[in-house]
Amino acid sequence: MSSQLLTVSPSPHIHQQQQTVSNLMFGVVIALTPAFIVSLVVFGVGAIKVTLAGVFFCMLFEYLISKYLLKKEANLADGSAIITGILLAFNLPANLPIWIIAIGSLVAIGLGKMAFGGLGNNPFNPAMVGRVFLLISFPVPMTSWPVAMESQWRLADGVTGATPMEIFKEGLEAGLPISEIMGQLPSYFTLFLGGQGGCIGEVSGLALFLGFLYMLYKKIITWHIPVSLLATVFALTGLFWMINPAQYADPVFQVITGGLLLGAFYMATDYVTSPMTSKGMLIYGVGIGVFTVVIRLWGSYPEGISFAILIMNGFVPLINKYVKPRRFGEVKPA
Amino acid sequence: MNAFLKDIKTFPLGGVHPQEYKLSADIPTEKLALPKMVSIPISQHIGVPAKPVVNARDKVKVGQVIAKNEGFVSTNIHASVSGMVTKIDRVLDSTGYKRDAIIIRVDGDEWLPEIDQTDEIKREISVESDEIVKKIAEAGIVGLGGATFPSHVKLAIPKGKKADCLIINGVECEPYLTSDHRIMLEKTEEVLVGTQILMKALKVEQCWIGIEINKADAIAALKKMCVQYPGIQVQPLKVHYPQGGEKQLIKAVLNREVPAGGLPIDVGVVVQNVGTAFAVYEAIQKNKPLIERVVTVTGKSVLKPSNLWVRIGTPVQELIDFVGGLPEDTGKIISGGPMMGKALNDTEIPVAKGTSGILIIPSEEAHRKPMKVCIRCSQCVGVCPMGLEPYLLMTLTQKELYERLEEDQVLNCIECGSCAYTCPSDRPILDYIRLGKKTVLSIIKERNNKK
Ligand code: SF4
Ligand code: SF4
Repeated sequence: MSSQLLTVSPSPHIHQQQQTVSNLMFGVVIALTPAFIVSLVVFGVGAIKVTLAGVFFCMLFEYLISKYLLKKEANLADGSAIITGILLAFNLPANLPIWIIAIGSLVAIGLGKMAFGGLGNNPFNPAMVGRVFLLISFPVPMTSWPVAMESQWRLADGVTGATPMEIFKEGLEAGLPISEIMGQLPSYFTLFLGGQGGCIGEVSGLALFLGFLYMLYKKIITWHIPVSLLATVFALTGLFWMINPAQYADPVFQVITGGLLLGAFYMATDYVTSPMTSKGMLIYGVGIGVFTVVIRLWGSYPEGISFAILIMNGFVPLINKYVKPRRFGEVKPA
Repeated sequence: MNAFLKDIKTFPLGGVHPQEYKLSADIPTEKLALPKMVSIPISQHIGVPAKPVVNARDKVKVGQVIAKNEGFVSTNIHASVSGMVTKIDRVLDSTGYKRDAIIIRVDGDEWLPEIDQTDEIKREISVESDEIVKKIAEAGIVGLGGATFPSHVKLAIPKGKKADCLIINGVECEPYLTSDHRIMLEKTEEVLVGTQILMKALKVEQCWIGIEINKADAIAALKKMCVQYPGIQVQPLKVHYPQGGEKQLIKAVLNREVPAGGLPIDVGVVVQNVGTAFAVYEAIQKNKPLIERVVTVTGKSVLKPSNLWVRIGTPVQELIDFVGGLPEDTGKIISGGPMMGKALNDTEIPVAKGTSGILIIPSEEAHRKPMKVCIRCSQCVGVCPMGLEPYLLMTLTQKELYERLEEDQVLNCIECGSCAYTCPSDRPILDYIRLGKKTVLSIIKERNNKK
C-alpha cells in the first residue's frame, strides 16, 4: 500500500450523520407544517399566497444579494432563507398585498441578515426585523385581519376583523367590563385549537405546540427558551390579573393568544440570534417574557413579542460574554 | 436485570453517543505469529524517551531491557522478541515523525528464564508495597488505554496527597475497540489480582471497576468473580462518550470532581486501565515485562475483525494481513479509536505500548466534509463534557486572542472530539482548539520563565 493513498487528519475521525445544517432547517419546516395546515383551513387561499410569497421573495433576495452585492456563492440549500420566509409570512395577515410582502422580505434578508454578512452573523432575527419594519411602515394593512373561517376561499379582500388581543385592548379602552369583552371572544379551547383571527401562523396554539414537541424530540432546540419565556409571561400576567382582574386579562388568555406561542417556539429559538448556553437561554427567555408583558399591558401595540425578541437579541452578545456554562472542575468558592 | 439497571451511573455534563460498531466484541483473542523483524521505538510513553542499552549485533532475549528509563517520567523498554539487534535507526511511528527505534531481527522465541510463561493463575501476592511500584517501573508498564503515562509515576503519591480509592477503567467508550473487553472476559481473575496488587501499592481498601453496559458479559463475569476479592466492586456505566475520560469516570463513579488543572489524586483517586491491571499482574506475579498487548484490528470493510496478542514493535501491516488484508475501499488507518486515535500514514509503523486498536476506515468516511459557517446552534457547547464553549475557543484561536482563550479555559479541553463530532456545520473545532492550547501553553511557559 503506498502511503499517498491514506488520508491523514487529526481526530475525531467520525462525524454524526443525523444533523446537518439543512436537516436542522428542514426539521423546523416540518415542525411548522401543522400550523400551516390549520392556517389553510382558517384562511384558505390567502395563507398559501402569503406563505409562498414570503418564501419566494426571501430566497430570491438571498440569491440576488449574495450573487450581485456580496459576490459569493448563494447558499439556498441550507434552508435558512426558506425559514425566514415562512416565519415572516406566519407573522403577516393572510390578506396582505404581495408587494408589501416583497418589501418585508427584502428588509428581512437584506437588512436583517445579509447586511451583517449572512447566516451566522446577524444579531437580529431577520423575520422579526422584516415584520417590525412592515408594522411601522404599513400599520393599517398589517393590522387588518381576515376573519377566521369566513373569507378563506375568496381571492379578493374579504371581511376583516380584529384579533383577540385587539378586541381585548379596544374593549378596555371603550370601558367595557372584562366579562363582556370575554363574551365577544370564542372560548379558550376554540382559540387554542385555531379559532382566532390574526397572523397566518398564530391561529392554532395546538398546532404550534405539536411542532414544538417535534423539535424537542429531534433535538433541534432545547426547552430552555420557550419554557422560561412562557412561564415568565404566565407569571407576570397572572400577577396583574390577581391584583386587578377587572383590568387585566387572565394568564391563560395571555399565553394562548397573539402570536406568543409562535414567537416562543420558533422565533425566540432562532439559533443565530439566541444565547449559546442553557443559563444564557433562560435569562434570554425571561427577558423576552418581561418585555412582551410590558408592551402588551402598557405599550401602544396590542402585540409585544416581536419587539421583545428584537430587544433581547440586542442583549445576546452581552449574555454570551458574561454567562458561561457550568465548567467541569470549577473551584467552588469555599 | 432491573436492579442492575438501577445503579448505572454516568457523568453529568455533555457527551455524545456515536454508533458503537463493536464488531470484534465476541471474537476471542488470538496470538499473532511472530514477525521477522520488529522495530521498537524508544519513546512509547509520555515523558523522556528511554536510552538504548544495546548495540547493533547484540543478541537479545524476550524480556531483556533494551532501553533504560531516563529520569522519573520515563520507563524501560524491553525486547519483545529474541534475535539480533540489527541497528538503531529512525523509524516512522504513530506520531507521523521518524524517531529512534531499536530494530531486531527475530530468531526463535527465547525468553529470559525468570519469566513464568505458564497460564496458571498466581493469586498470592508476596511483594511489598514499595517493591510493587519499583517492579512496575522496571517492567515498563504505561497506561494501556492509549494515554501511555508511565504507571509507576501515577502510583507514586505526591507528598501531602492521599489516595483513598482506585478506579479501574474498563469503560472502553471509543467505538470499535474491544481489546479491554476481551481482557476482562478472558483474563477476569488475572485482572482482579492485578487490581489487588495496585490497591496494595496504593494502600487503599476500595476499588471500583467502571464498565459501560454494552459489555454486559464482562460486567457479569467480573461481578461474579470479585466477591472473592474484598474491596473490589463493579460499577456499570451508561454507554456515553467520553465515559472513559479520567475526569468523567471519577465523576460518574464517585461523584468527585477533579478541579480544573488538577489531577485525580487531588480528589484521592488513582485511575488505571484494565489492560494495565493485567500487565501489572504479569509483571508482579509472572516476572513478565510489558512486551505484548491486545490490539483490536477492525473496520466496517475488514474481512475478519480480530483481537490479537501482538508483540510490541510488530509492523501494523502484519496485523492487517492477519485480518484478510487491507480492504479495497480503505481511506484511512487509525491507531486507536475513531474519536481520539491517530491517523497513520504508513502500514510499516510498529505497534507500540499504547496501540489499543488498528481501525480501517473506508474512503467514503475518511474525508471531512467542507466546513460551513457557524450557525451558532450551540450544539458544541451542549456536548462538551468539560463545560467549555468550543465554538468560542475556535473563534478566539482564529482571531489569535490568546488571553481570552486562557480565560475561557482552553487548557481544560480534554480533546475528546465531541464538539467536532457534533457540529452540523462540519467545523474543525478541535483542530483549532489544539492549536490554541499549544500557543497558550507556550505563552504561559514564557511568562513563568520571565518571573
Ligand atoms: S474536544 Fe475539548 S472542547 Fe471539544 S467537546 Fe471535548 S473537551 Fe470540549
Ligand atoms: S456546533 Fe458548530 S455550528 Fe453549532 S455553534 Fe458549535 S461551531 Fe457553531
